Amino acid sequence: MNLLFVVLIPFMGAGLAAWMAGFGRLQSAWMAGGVTLTALLVLLPAAAPSFIGETVIQRVPWMPRLGLDLVFRLDGLGLLFVLMILGIGLLIILYARYYLAERDSMGRFYGYLLLFMGSMLGVVLSENLILLLMFWEMTSLSSFLLISYWQHREDARIGARMALTITGLGGLALLGGFVLLGEIAGSYDLSVILASGAAIRAHPLYPPMLVLILVGAFTKSAQFPFHFWLPHAMAAPTPVSAYLHSATLVKAGVFLLARLFPALSGTTEWSVLVIGTGLTTLLVGAYFALFKHDLKGLLAYSTISHLGLITLLFGIGTPLAAVAGIFHIINHATFKASLFMAAGIIDHECGTRDMRRINGLWQFMPYTGTLAMVAAAAMAGVPLFNGFLSKEMFFGETVTFSASHTWEWLLPTAVVIGGILAVAYSLRFIHDVFFNGDPVDLPKTPHEPPRWMKVPVEVLVAACLLVGMLPAYTVAPLLDMAAEGVLQAAPPDYDLAIWHGVNAAVLMSIAALIGGALVYAGRRPLFALAAQLEGRLDAKAVYDWVLKHVLASADGVTRGLDSGSLQRMMLVLVLAALTLGTAGFLSAGAPLTGDRALLPVDPVSVLVAVALGVVAVWTVILHRRRLTALIVMGALGLLISLIFVKFSAPDLALTQLSVEVVTVVLLLLALYFLPQHTPTESDRPRRIRDIAAATLAGVGAAALTWAVLTREYDSIADFFLANSVPGGGGGNVVNVILVDFRGFDTLGEISVLALAGLGVYAMLKDLRLPGPTWDVRDRPWNWDMHPTIMAALTRLLLPLTLVVSVFIFLRGHNLPGGGFIAGLITAVALIMQYLANGVEWTHERMKANLHPVIGLGLLIGLLTGLASLVLGYPFLTSTFTHVHWPIIGDFELASAIAFDLGVYLVVVGATLLILVHLGLMHDASHVDAAATQRPRSG
Amino acid sequence: MEALIALIVGVLTACGVYLALRGRTFPLVLGLTLLSYAVNLFLFVTGRLTVALPAVISEEAAGYADPLPQALVLTAIVISFGMTAFLIMLALKARAELGTDHVDGQRGGSGPR
Repeated sequence: MNLLFVVLIPFMGAGLAAWMAGFGRLQSAWMAGGVTLTALLVLLPAAAPSFIGETVIQRVPWMPRLGLDLVFRLDGLGLLFVLMILGIGLLIILYARYYLAERDSMGRFYGYLLLFMGSMLGVVLSENLILLLMFWEMTSLSSFLLISYWQHREDARIGARMALTITGLGGLALLGGFVLLGEIAGSYDLSVILASGAAIRAHPLYPPMLVLILVGAFTKSAQFPFHFWLPHAMAAPTPVSAYLHSATLVKAGVFLLARLFPALSGTTEWSVLVIGTGLTTLLVGAYFALFKHDLKGLLAYSTISHLGLITLLFGIGTPLAAVAGIFHIINHATFKASLFMAAGIIDHECGTRDMRRINGLWQFMPYTGTLAMVAAAAMAGVPLFNGFLSKEMFFGETVTFSASHTWEWLLPTAVVIGGILAVAYSLRFIHDVFFNGDPVDLPKTPHEPPRWMKVPVEVLVAACLLVGMLPAYTVAPLLDMAAEGVLQAAPPDYDLAIWHGVNAAVLMSIAALIGGALVYAGRRPLFALAAQLEGRLDAKAVYDWVLKHVLASADGVTRGLDSGSLQRMMLVLVLAALTLGTAGFLSAGAPLTGDRALLPVDPVSVLVAVALGVVAVWTVILHRRRLTALIVMGALGLLISLIFVKFSAPDLALTQLSVEVVTVVLLLLALYFLPQHTPTESDRPRRIRDIAAATLAGVGAAALTWAVLTREYDSIADFFLANSVPGGGGGNVVNVILVDFRGFDTLGEISVLALAGLGVYAMLKDLRLPGPTWDVRDRPWNWDMHPTIMAALTRLLLPLTLVVSVFIFLRGHNLPGGGFIAGLITAVALIMQYLANGVEWTHERMKANLHPVIGLGLLIGLLTGLASLVLGYPFLTSTFTHVHWPIIGDFELASAIAFDLGVYLVVVGATLLILVHLGLMHDASHVDAAATQRPRSG
Repeated sequence: MEALIALIVGVLTACGVYLALRGRTFPLVLGLTLLSYAVNLFLFVTGRLTVALPAVISEEAAGYADPLPQALVLTAIVISFGMTAFLIMLALKARAELGTDHVDGQRGGSGPR
């Protein structure tokens, strides 16, 4: 279980850290640090077995039917990454506390950082591919938030969007790859996948799967040609950059290569793609790094270059190369994090990151300078620093690998060129910044940073030195453990000694060091050359071009489809439905009429049908006179409830009847604010076209109904009919379905109703519309008070109606009725008061706020469901019992009645909320109008 | 009897579609109300026509109507009320903000009478 908590703690801590910011800037930092430490402590019980090479797998059921569980694994590779994520994370938290300015929101920063940390932990601890992908996407989203932390800066927003676009696209490719991989392996669990490497590599779908997964990994780890988002992500605060570049985000890509190494590596496709990409990235990154004038830009491109190096190592595919890859991941994390922090200090102290202006800082900050020099030496691969060891292994591996291939000199030569450039840009970082004359026009005078801001850098630099000088006593066990996790087998023999005697690797290292020094010495002509080429080799330009054209074409498609006319879209919709329906009918080749026995026609039904048809057509004919059309339409609803009565649906008839009343009242109130007439706008051909479309739609609907009605069918009704009394404890099957069998649906439906009510309230809240002062025939509007007889009558009727609604509610489980109908009846009864007595009068007597009623209804519905969950039954399971009450007799008590009460409250609340607020708006316009108009009318 | 029901659904659909194709908000709302009558009726009769056999369990009953479409339509009726309410408020809001009750919010429209 503890692995689940390791992942969850940062997510929960994110909220806490953001909340703590309310108590002061430092509290948030303390909280973030505490959360990270807690996660480390929780990890400990599982860490020991992984350290000796066991794999810990913990499974928490989540969606077992989909085969998706919260299943986590911890082995050597996972443990290494967790330690880096949490360890470096802790240093970053400390550093950021000094880095962030007074006006930057600490809570937001640490909140985002912890979200990101949790997502990264999820990626490295997931055992299931789908789970891994979810966390993968979450790293993309949370890094978007981190990069765009300074939201007021345009470059931050652009950089964040670019990172999200590229890594998001990669995530999509990865999803495709994972689905293929899961289907090939027959399981989405890594344990199965890692054990069935041979079968996976022999599968015909292996090449497309590999390409998709690699696209995912390469976009994340900023490999060529997707590398350009990383330098633009520099717009993030420096602690974020330090974290993203060292232990996290971009390392997720190489983590994936390492994770799937046993399953995917060792084929020609793998070697060609991964080596090719890695080598290109190594060289391209190193080239751009040398010529960047921005301090962080140099580091960003060097990160790209080093990631290329690691990718290249995994591409070589031998166990020893994988060990070297892991080793370089560790080393790169330490020196790159410290370099970024040093760059952040310099930026912080100088107010600029331009290396043409920052010179000679040695005289101002020698201590920081020393730290930076150690880290830069590690980056360059100078002996006695950690970068040297892994680079030497890297050089050695390229030579061994090339020996068995044609053009054996090519790869070693290329990587030596990469090494030369690395030495040159590391030299530039040190020489240009700390020496090389005096500073040029700096905004601030630099001095050493606060004591504790340097501590994280010191810790990391110490690690660089210790690993570099005493590898066997420091990094060896960690490396062994991680290598075993990657290879899923005992790691090969390797020697971490600093001196192995003269061999190809040492010669290559020496060549790189000397060559780098020479290149840096002769940098001026090279810089001039690079300045000429600048802008021509910009992948961002390609990205912008593609993005622009994709957006433009999407715009074009939208404009082509949508002319902005609702009428036309409606027509297209109707015609499309007709076309599809006709095509479906014709292609099915079935006769229109089925063979079910028909019911005989009786005269009353014919009468109702004729009336219905006449009224419907009449509504259309009269539709320009809105009030008349509305009243005629009211009759339609009544006729339809007659149909429900006829065909054995008393519940529906009751519902339709009461809904009809509320609907007509609602539309009448609304009509007050709308023009009373519809002007003639469409010309004759257009009306004929619309009539034709409408007729066709009508014919289609009629044919469909006929076809359905004349066919036999298999109903699942028998189940409900048989189980209604024994299972649901109610005789009214319709009501039992609503509150019991399909209670979850009903909960959703009352939520929709509640939302509609609240949405209407939100729209009406500040709406001011003038009411009419003249009626349809240009007579002044009548301001008579409410009719006395009606007012008196409704007041008398109110208790009676309420009793009826209670009755309907209570009997609903066994006889027609229930929460929906009772709610509507109550609503109608109350609305009658508003109509007859006026909104003000009623409002004075019924002050109840309606929002809590809706909320209470939803809460009751939800709690009834949760209660059964607490008692160990599925959500919304109901129970019932029979109680004997004196006088009343045997009475049944079902828990579903509580749920029905929730339904009742929501229906009453939402209906009243809508109508009362419309009525209030009425009154508001009424008062204004009355004030100005009364003298004329009275 | 089946033919009558089919006819009713057809007429309601046709009238609803015609009104929904009009250019002002109020007829549009009326049209959608008619359409929802048609749809509810159609859904209801997918349980086939049964006369005088309500789905209320009793020992004397000779049979029952299909309760499932009824339960679906019951909530559908209430929800269509919610939808109508939301739509008409949208129309009011549009009238207030745009000064017209044309569905596309254009072509001048008529001001308050």
